[in-house]
Amino acid sequence: MIDITYHHALLNNIFTMPIWYLRHDTRDALLDLITRLAAVADQFLKECLQMLVNNFTSPGSLGAFIDQPRWLARKKEIYSQLHGSLRMISDTVPLAPRMLKDIIDRSMPKLFDNKAKMVSFVECMLGLDNDRMGDLIGALLLAKVMDLLTELDVNISWEDVLQEEHNKGIFDMEIEDLDEDDDSLGKACFGGNACAEKLDGLMVVVCEHLKSCAEHGRLSKEFDILKTIFRASVLRVHKSKFAQFIMFYACSLDPEICGLEFALFLTDIFTKKEEDPISRMSAVSYVGSYLSRARFISADTVVGVLKRLVDWCVDYCDFQNKIGMSTKPINHQIFYSSCQTIMYILCFRLRSIMEYPNLKSQLFNMPFGYILTHPLEPLKVCLPPIVKEFLRQAKAARLDMFFPFDPYLLKESDRYMRPNFEFWSMVKTTYGNHNGDDDEFADLDAPEMNVGSLDDQVEIDFNSDDDLEYSMNKMSITPHRTFYHPMAMNSDAGLSMPAKIRPSVSPPL
Amino acid sequence: MEALREAVSELTVYVHPSNAADVRRAVARQLSTLLFSYEDRFEGVLLAHEVTVESNQAKILNGLVPYFGVPVHANLLLYSPQPDMILEGKVELLGKESIHAVVLGVFSAAIMSDDIHKKFKFKRKGYGARFISRSDKHHMIKKGSMIRFSVKRVETEMSCHITGSLIPPHTGSMLWLSIHDAEYASEISSGNKRASNIGIKIEQNEQDHITFDNEDRVINSERPHKSRKRSLEE
Repeated sequence: MIDITYHHALLNNIFTMPIWYLRHDTRDALLDLITRLAAVADQFLKECLQMLVNNFTSPGSLGAFIDQPRWLARKKEIYSQLHGSLRMISDTVPLAPRMLKDIIDRSMPKLFDNKAKMVSFVECMLGLDNDRMGDLIGALLLAKVMDLLTELDVNISWEDVLQEEHNKGIFDMEIEDLDEDDDSLGKACFGGNACAEKLDGLMVVVCEHLKSCAEHGRLSKEFDILKTIFRASVLRVHKSKFAQFIMFYACSLDPEICGLEFALFLTDIFTKKEEDPISRMSAVSYVGSYLSRARFISADTVVGVLKRLVDWCVDYCDFQNKIGMSTKPINHQIFYSSCQTIMYILCFRLRSIMEYPNLKSQLFNMPFGYILTHPLEPLKVCLPPIVKEFLRQAKAARLDMFFPFDPYLLKESDRYMRPNFEFWSMVKTTYGNHNGDDDEFADLDAPEMNVGSLDDQVEIDFNSDDDLEYSMNKMSITPHRTFYHPMAMNSDAGLSMPAKIRPSVSPPL
Repeated sequence: MEALREAVSELTVYVHPSNAADVRRAVARQLSTLLFSYEDRFEGVLLAHEVTVESNQAKILNGLVPYFGVPVHANLLLYSPQPDMILEGKVELLGKESIHAVVLGVFSAAIMSDDIHKKFKFKRKGYGARFISRSDKHHMIKKGSMIRFSVKRVETEMSCHITGSLIPPHTGSMLWLSIHDAEYASEISSGNKRASNIGIKIEQNEQDHITFDNEDRVINSERPHKSRKRSLEE
């Protein structure tokens, strides 16, 4: 009878063996032993599960080689064997998944682990999210992954992401053979840049997983789980940059059901009085940015949501009239957020809505005038087309907004988002095409800068890049440096609708 | 099945004030956290519970957080395997050295080769591994078979894993036993339930240490103390 204490040395050898170096047959035999050992007694179960989880990632020394083709095939084989063993253990010890989820929780990669390890672990982990195991612990695994994504996200600052574009140009020109070592360049810059790369890699993994769910008809179940996770982890994250695109991609895989569901879900949060103000404002920002940027959303969904937003605003205005409102903007933030969302959506979608007569008439019946000319003066706070006025008054109103689905910047995983994403440059407006240099909204498509101090002097020079993609992104939604200098305000610096209006510290005009 | 029993208990469940709007739900959730875990105070694994809140009055605790103690009448379904009991399970894994079965779809049981009756011969052929009795080749145990086995040892620390034995009489494949084992056959045909209907009154205080925040997640806090009174009635 094997005892866990007396035979510790022998057992230790078994439990600490990495399977990545072994040949297929040896691996099979070892995994078979582990599977049977797990079923023999509870005391072995934990060790066996831990051993399998430790093998989610390749041993350290393999790290550099793991992306090579010959290792890729072996990696897939190993994952499938690990999944098979875990499934077998779960069949013979049905309560094992409970223990497994705790073990996975403890073994999750941390923020500072290297990218290969992270990607490998998460890829293997998500492979468990099907069949019975998926039913039992799938939601938890997905939640852990989203937590990791969010954590990486908040550790990226805008300078890091933009800096990389800048660096890329320079290094490409000067040193050709550094092409292969793109990775090492990334690693050389610590901190936020590395986080962006890791996040990028993980986004690829999660998107692939969602794609596979969709192919196997599991998307709507997965989507329900994602919604709950989004609500708990992502919605309230301040200025989340890219993690939310998981929802964007999931919706794109099934626009009629998931796509619509997400829009309604966000609108529900916004309209519910019981929700806290931060969640409500965040939800309305999300719905505005989402409906504007998601190409796969139909015009009548947009009009449906607009109607709900408008109805809410009308009720709000009516109520304010009744009670005799205070005019301090800070008390009406939710109202202004929703007005701004309405106008933002219309900037992108008005032209396409007009093409449908029934939608057009619905739109014309909405009392925009009543809302926008209400004594609460939302126009003062958020009307975009009146550019300069808007900037000036927004400063006074101290309105702070962000648009979560601004153009996506992570490169590897970009291919999942781009096909579904509406760039401002492609939007047709009601007043004709806007290819001119004096396009007021030319700035809508480029990345948002971080809220920095006035000393933020990051220059974005896109001209150095010949890539067509980047020229499309030339349009900056970011206020240039001139924004901070009141005198320059009077020049046509091409500023228009910023994504964010920050509290201004410069003297009012 | 022998190991299943019903118990009736009077409990006091301490509920966090944030759940005052829906006490029944809070109580049910608290008991649900105990499901499928071995509980010393119940001396078994909780499989199902049915609660009725006894009164509208509850005593509020002194202390930092004013939990209030709800008197609850609970019907509990418990799984308490003991050595020498006979249990039934479905075979999931079969090998020369061991048979692994699952009881009630949830609990694992392992029968090691030493505890498999000598009469069973292990055969591995094209159709899969199986144990076949030397005295009657129709007595066969393979993956998916329902078997009766006796309990040797129960591990209560984690998931109530059982080490079993196929040596005692009246053990083996249920299908074969129902035809060839007179005692077992009469047992199942008369519908005689050997499950005990001992009503065990368990009076105890139970701390509700689960709180719910807005997003409906579970936050564990410390378990201060529990006092315990028990009286057995047959």
